[in-house]
Amino acid sequence: MKKIDALIIGAGPTGLFCAHQLGLIGLNCEIVDNLDKIGGQCIELYPDKPIYDIPAVPECTGKQLTDNLIEQIKPFNINFHLNERVEVVKKINDKWIVKTNKDKEFETPNIIIAGGVGSFEPRKFSPKECEKYENKSLYYSIKDKTIFDGKTVTIFGGGDSALDWAIELSNKSKVNLVHRRDEFTAAQLSVDKIKELEKLGKIKIFTKNQLNSVKGEKNIESITIKHDDESLKEIQTNYVLGFFGLIMKLGPIVDWGLNIDKKTIEVNTENFETNQKGIFAIGDICTYPGKLKLILSGFHEGALAARGCFKYARPDEKLRFEFTTTSKAAQERLGIKK
Amino acid sequence: MAKITYIQSEGKSQTIDVSNGLSVMEGAVQNDISGIDADCGGGMACATCHVYVQDEWFDKLPTKEDGEEDMLDMAFEPKKNSRLSCQLIITDELDGLTVSIPSKQG
Repeated sequence: MKKIDALIIGAGPTGLFCAHQLGLIGLNCEIVDNLDKIGGQCIELYPDKPIYDIPAVPECTGKQLTDNLIEQIKPFNINFHLNERVEVVKKINDKWIVKTNKDKEFETPNIIIAGGVGSFEPRKFSPKECEKYENKSLYYSIKDKTIFDGKTVTIFGGGDSALDWAIELSNKSKVNLVHRRDEFTAAQLSVDKIKELEKLGKIKIFTKNQLNSVKGEKNIESITIKHDDESLKEIQTNYVLGFFGLIMKLGPIVDWGLNIDKKTIEVNTENFETNQKGIFAIGDICTYPGKLKLILSGFHEGALAARGCFKYARPDEKLRFEFTTTSKAAQERLGIKK
Repeated sequence: MAKITYIQSEGKSQTIDVSNGLSVMEGAVQNDISGIDADCGGGMACATCHVYVQDEWFDKLPTKEDGEEDMLDMAFEPKKNSRLSCQLIITDELDGLTVSIPSKQG
């Protein structure tokens, strides 16, 4: 079990800046995030879209903002646990014991939830029977592509993941691509490619269609798709893949005894602590009178939450307020040599 | 101001006065109408404020902007009359608009 001053859940801009604020006041922290990369919604939802309301940054993209924050916290050598989700949080004496889904354990006086609107999970098919085949012959992500060799695979979706996999798998499998409309959102190059593969008979494309039902004993044997004009068509297929992007779910956080109001966590505005001593919530996931879901608000909340952590991490010390411009201690922590 | 009617998937109907300038999504969220999650807060980045617009109203609404149709690809059971309610801004002309909420948002 690793002992740390604070554990941050969520590697979005708010979590990253909070790590910076903890580092400045001499507290160490580690960050857990369910996604496979750093940046949260900024990277997952709008890496290339512009943001215009970061103070003193007239314009930047989600990716640029993330890159700059990563650069800013570099001096603190923060450990990230990506692709990992906090499952269990329990209190033993004055410390929180935190367990992830990969069985990592932390002991810490402070947990900072910077989880945005929850953890990202794949969006699923709507027919109920799909659940039965999940991870057997129906997948929302691919771990081992060789299982599809020589089989028929039906892919649903119109974005980059759907088309990239359709192209890739068409080398060794029979591929059907099903999408709810004629236009694809994937990169033009991929769209051209699948049309070319369709002409060569390597991919069958069914647009204006959605999944209606699935049949099969243990594994999928066939599916029925429904056209916009209500007509049904049965397709024989061994595998079904769905690429409908990600949805945010609050996940295990609901079981931690926090006051939750409409998927957000109630906090005080002095240090953004929740009703549980030593658990803080900052960024989009917290709520209080006047809450604005802006990145800049998340930065402010993180700065105050970090100071709130200090009294639990260093109960015998007093925190002195200092400016980075003049504080020797802060500059040392930032690794600045003069 | 417009009267907007929200119909739940199980049939329950609620009619609310929503001020001009707010979105159909905000009208629902501010009045505790369940089933419109609006996770991203109106940024057209999540498709969890998806609604079905009653047919006679569908053509009267402002057309979809780039991006809305892309997000609807991600919605739960999208249909021809699907819209993101965060993109429907209330004006007097929308008085009487009726939207149905899908059985879930994702």
